[in-house]
Amino acid sequence: MIWPTLNRRRLAALLATSTATGFAACDRITDDDKVSRAVGVGEVLTRTAQRAILTPGQMAPEYAESQISKWFKPNGTTDPSSELYDQHVKDGFKDWKLGITGLVDRPFSLSIDQLRAQPSRTQITRHDCVEGWSCIGKWKGAKLGEILTRAGLKKEAKFIVFHCFDSLGEATDGSDDYYESIGLADAFHPQTILAYDMNDAPLGTQHGAPIRLRVERHLGYKQAKYVTGIEAVASLDHLHGGHGGYWEDRGYEWYGGI
Amino acid sequence: MTEATADLAPVSSKTTSHGERLIYRHTVWVRSWHWINAIALLILLMSGLQIFNADPQLSWGMTTDFEHPWVQMESTGDGARMRGITTVAGLKFDTTGILGASGPKGSLEDRGFPHWATIPGLRDLGTGRHYHFLFAWIFVINGALYVAYTIWSRHLKRDLWPTLADLKTIPASIWEHMRLKHPEGEAAARYNVLQKLAYLIVLYGLLPLMLLTGLTMSPGMDAAFPGLLWVFGGRQSARTLHFLSAWSIVIFFLIHIFEVLVSGAFNEVRSIVTGWFAIKPTHNDKGAAS
Repeated sequence: MIWPTLNRRRLAALLATSTATGFAACDRITDDDKVSRAVGVGEVLTRTAQRAILTPGQMAPEYAESQISKWFKPNGTTDPSSELYDQHVKDGFKDWKLGITGLVDRPFSLSIDQLRAQPSRTQITRHDCVEGWSCIGKWKGAKLGEILTRAGLKKEAKFIVFHCFDSLGEATDGSDDYYESIGLADAFHPQTILAYDMNDAPLGTQHGAPIRLRVERHLGYKQAKYVTGIEAVASLDHLHGGHGGYWEDRGYEWYGGI
Repeated sequence: MTEATADLAPVSSKTTSHGERLIYRHTVWVRSWHWINAIALLILLMSGLQIFNADPQLSWGMTTDFEHPWVQMESTGDGARMRGITTVAGLKFDTTGILGASGPKGSLEDRGFPHWATIPGLRDLGTGRHYHFLFAWIFVINGALYVAYTIWSRHLKRDLWPTLADLKTIPASIWEHMRLKHPEGEAAARYNVLQKLAYLIVLYGLLPLMLLTGLTMSPGMDAAFPGLLWVFGGRQSARTLHFLSAWSIVIFFLIHIFEVLVSGAFNEVRSIVTGWFAIKPTHNDKGAAS
């Protein structure tokens, strides 16, 4: 037996070396790319578990008017301030159109007035930021599922991508443009809407005018603001960094449910 | 000796060349669980502090109280004049160098907990979350196997669950602990009543609380199990409780290490590494090996 021969000196040496190497190696370990990828294995497990637990009908909790946050923290981009966007704000988005494109049988586009005439849903829900804070807001918007049904998804379509006006980085070639994507189960969820009203007023610039996605069983970074176009795709590989979203390309989880 | 004194593992005992009697105290299952759990909890704590740093404040209720969080870490001033201020229940403390602002002298960085307490060291919420969830899975799977084992092997009932007779010894045991006196001889083979209660509270109270409050912070899990929000009083309350129970486990850890040190560090560590624990003869054990 090897173990019972462990004596005081060997044990002390073992503890000392393991602690010292542990601390010294800490940053070197976490900075290693291979280690980062290995640690990402947990994401597969987390995503699989969440998709298995969350059935299509399960609703995010909804709240009373009295619970609406007095101040709703704006995060990420608070003003895209591009020439085009500024012009839209000036005209009240009268020339703005939301295109529904990609793997659909009948691509079409909607003006803000046409979008407001679509079947809608109003909901008071909690917004949970990946950073940790939460706010409650009231949202009214067009049901995404109805719009997708009208466009007619092709069989190959597996994801719905949201292209946005805003860019979070310095790049001018579009590689820092915000975008997001969700799976079909979430796209057709009854609480998934393209919100144009927030707290009974048209959505303001800080919160993503003219429309933002609300996909209520997910974290804040999935709730894309300043949406300009919706695209049905079979794979996320060809889009920007290939991970299905601005933050996903920078290391966040694609599913974003926890 | 073959009589059933070592009740923490299937009984076997042997005598070393020094004449010390060793009992096989911890089974390989309990030892493996212990060390995997220890590593997982350390990484969960440090990656958890990385996640906390993304929003270094705590509130009660469903949403964040941005005006009056009950705990807040922030920095004031710039450059060499930067100070770290921690507010707890309205009281402000200067915590420069540790909480709110830390880093090399003269170029402090605005951050909740310092770089040496977080995984990774640099500010990186995405990577911190990957570590946190991976080790949360390891903690949960390891913990579930342990719970199943403690029930199946009767470790829970036989070794951890205090008997009525045990409970009657609480005052005496508190007095013994205060004087740093520990059971000797055959009594040391069993857990004392305070030890049993501490392990039970941590294993079946704090650790499950960590898991449940962690899940309550998930918008997805709140849709699947809305009862979680009701139980903990909201998402931000769950975040607060997650933080408080993490530090309660740290306090347990410090007491645990202290008790190991004062009750015979080598013998205790050997028993959780190899399983073998030496029974020291008491003054009453006449004829026992010296």
